Amino acid sequence: MSKWSMVIDLDKCVACQGCSIACRMENNTPVVAPDQAELGRAVRWNDVFPMPVNPTEETGEYPNIKAQYITRPCMHCENPPCIKVCPVGATFINDEGIVEQNYARCIGCRFCTVGCPYGVRYFNWYEPTWDSPLQEHLNPDRVEGSGVLEGPAVRPLGVVEKCTYCIHRLHKAREQAAAEGRDFRADEYVPACVQTCTGKARFFGDLDDPDSAVTQLAKSPRSFRLLEDEGTHPKTIYLREG
Amino acid sequence: MLKIDREYNEKLIAPLFTPLSRGFKLSAGFLLVLIGWGAFMYFRQVFLGLGVTGMGRPVYWSMYIVDFVFFIGISHAGTLISAILRVTGAEWRRPITRVAEAITTFALIVGSLQILIDMGRIDRLPFTFIFGRLQSPIMWDIISVTLYLLGSVTYLYLPLMPDLAIIRDNLPAGVPEWRRKFYTILSLGWRGTKEQWIRLEKAIATMAVIIIPIAISVHSIISWILATTLQPGWHSTIFGPYFVIGAIFSGIGALFIAMTVIRKIFGLEKYIAKLQYRNLGLIFITMNAVWFYFTFAENLGIATGQQTYEMPILAVKLWGAFAPSFWLMVVCMAVAFWILVVPQLIPQKAGERAYVLRPRFAQISTGIAVVLAALLFAPIPAAATASIAPEAAFHGILWLLLILNVIGILLGFSLWLKEHPVTATVIAAAFVVVGMWLERWNIIIPTVTHPMLVPYATYTPSLTEISIAIASMAGFIFMFLVFFKLFPAISIWELVEGKVIEDAEAKVAMPQPEISGD
Repeated sequence: MSKWSMVIDLDKCVACQGCSIACRMENNTPVVAPDQAELGRAVRWNDVFPMPVNPTEETGEYPNIKAQYITRPCMHCENPPCIKVCPVGATFINDEGIVEQNYARCIGCRFCTVGCPYGVRYFNWYEPTWDSPLQEHLNPDRVEGSGVLEGPAVRPLGVVEKCTYCIHRLHKAREQAAAEGRDFRADEYVPACVQTCTGKARFFGDLDDPDSAVTQLAKSPRSFRLLEDEGTHPKTIYLREG
Repeated sequence: MLKIDREYNEKLIAPLFTPLSRGFKLSAGFLLVLIGWGAFMYFRQVFLGLGVTGMGRPVYWSMYIVDFVFFIGISHAGTLISAILRVTGAEWRRPITRVAEAITTFALIVGSLQILIDMGRIDRLPFTFIFGRLQSPIMWDIISVTLYLLGSVTYLYLPLMPDLAIIRDNLPAGVPEWRRKFYTILSLGWRGTKEQWIRLEKAIATMAVIIIPIAISVHSIISWILATTLQPGWHSTIFGPYFVIGAIFSGIGALFIAMTVIRKIFGLEKYIAKLQYRNLGLIFITMNAVWFYFTFAENLGIATGQQTYEMPILAVKLWGAFAPSFWLMVVCMAVAFWILVVPQLIPQKAGERAYVLRPRFAQISTGIAVVLAALLFAPIPAAATASIAPEAAFHGILWLLLILNVIGILLGFSLWLKEHPVTATVIAAAFVVVGMWLERWNIIIPTVTHPMLVPYATYTPSLTEISIAIASMAGFIFMFLVFFKLFPAISIWELVEGKVIEDAEAKVAMPQPEISGD
């Protein structure tokens, strides 16, 4: 069984936000007006922001400042705080370690959004809209795992959504392999953010495969995980800068 | 045919059948307008989405959850208090159990509504039954609140049964037919036979014992919804008992206000008397002290640990954006404590000698306090001073003077409060209810606005949220209005039972010491 994981080398990341945009196009995240973004309603499954997010005593003041940019998809924790609190099982971790969201099941109580310490979960405050021409460029992919919506299909009002490691691409790669009558290879599946990354800072693969790039990089002395002390065991792994 | 004294008939039954007064109609109409507006705003929210609230990322929970915790807290007034008092056989409980139990039921209804209002997809409510996961604290909450609601309604209804039968048998002439039917059906054929009494007493006693753990579980679970997350400021073991204590505390506050209003409207001064205020007041003072202890304990660990993500939450409360609501909460509770305790300690005639204990002193202090507050909070034009230190020192002195003046006001009113114990208790209760609402706010909002990996945010409730909060309060009061027009405000049979016990006790001669002749 695979255990999908992403490694982000912060030494190579140029904070271009290409991953954020690629994710947006791939996953049909809604566009919001600036006044809504002000209220914290912008949806960025993959976000890019300075670390620490909020100034601490160590941050310093301009110009004597220690600044670093970080790019943040879902951590796809091994021990996800979000799925523990969901009252209806609308969010769950699948056999391959991907934390999924079932949009047809979510009741919109937002316990998972409060429970997630990383803030990777987003809520549909209004019916999502896209102005033309964005409307014409929506990704037509739909993933219906066990009869319910999970993939990039447009989400309805009042439900929570989040990064899925582009799970629809996994489904498509598997279907392709099956159609061609051969075995599926792990390198056929790559999320949009990894594919687009300008600095080639992102790696994706199977953590269960000892020879995969992610397993090798995870062993690096530079590797760390966000909020490592919280015991969530993220599968999105970072390589420290410098 | 159940007969009762004329006195009870006049005081408790007759008012139920008087034509609706002007005041009743006006207040009911006013409340209905508020409820209607709130309902309109809610349906608008369902139609448009939760975007009409002030919420966003990271403020995923806000005023609805604050009101939810607040109303469920209020609901502890009743059933828990009345159950504990019944189990311990406190005789003075008799005139106030009905009011207390009514508060529980109504606050629970309004409180649980808040959760439904907060849901993004109310149409998927049945999913909680179809796909419910017992591992989720929200499911614990749904189960315990439902149990508590069912238990409270039963517990309100059981002692009501004999009273309904009494009303059925003592209906004044010219009562509309539907009311006759109403009481006949609801009294479930109660005739007051010995067997019925034994069964009822058994049922009430059993319910009282069952309801205590349920009530405690309800508020513990509400706190665990917060405490089971990893969020700074919430992930604490003290939350369970802290919330239970806070709930009982605010519940008694609500009970004091409700019972005083009812006593005033129905003229029940004879039944809801000094004894009730004194004894319940003692529990109130204890809860106040325990509440301070818990609040201190909750924050002490954060203050001494000073962890990266925990400390900012305490900092915004102590001197940041939430300082006004935090310190107002502390002042509310401290003032309530003062009002309840200090007047008891002052000798009756102290006012003749001590000038500070006269109302005139309080008036002067109030005047000075207003001036000081104006100086402190007025937007002072930024003076081109070289250093900020003198201004800070000046502010410090102003604050000190203001605090001294507030103490002056409290001192000056102390004797007046001593002479008006009921009014004093209600004032203290109002401070506590406001303080407890602020406490819920201070627990929930600072944490959601100060998360670990999302930029700090601010939160202002939108018109929708405020309208729904006001409508919820209006709905709560409206339910009282209707309830006490249909049912007696005091449990009649329990009063009679109390009187029987009292009379029997009076007949027993206490062994008196002999007065020796020499």
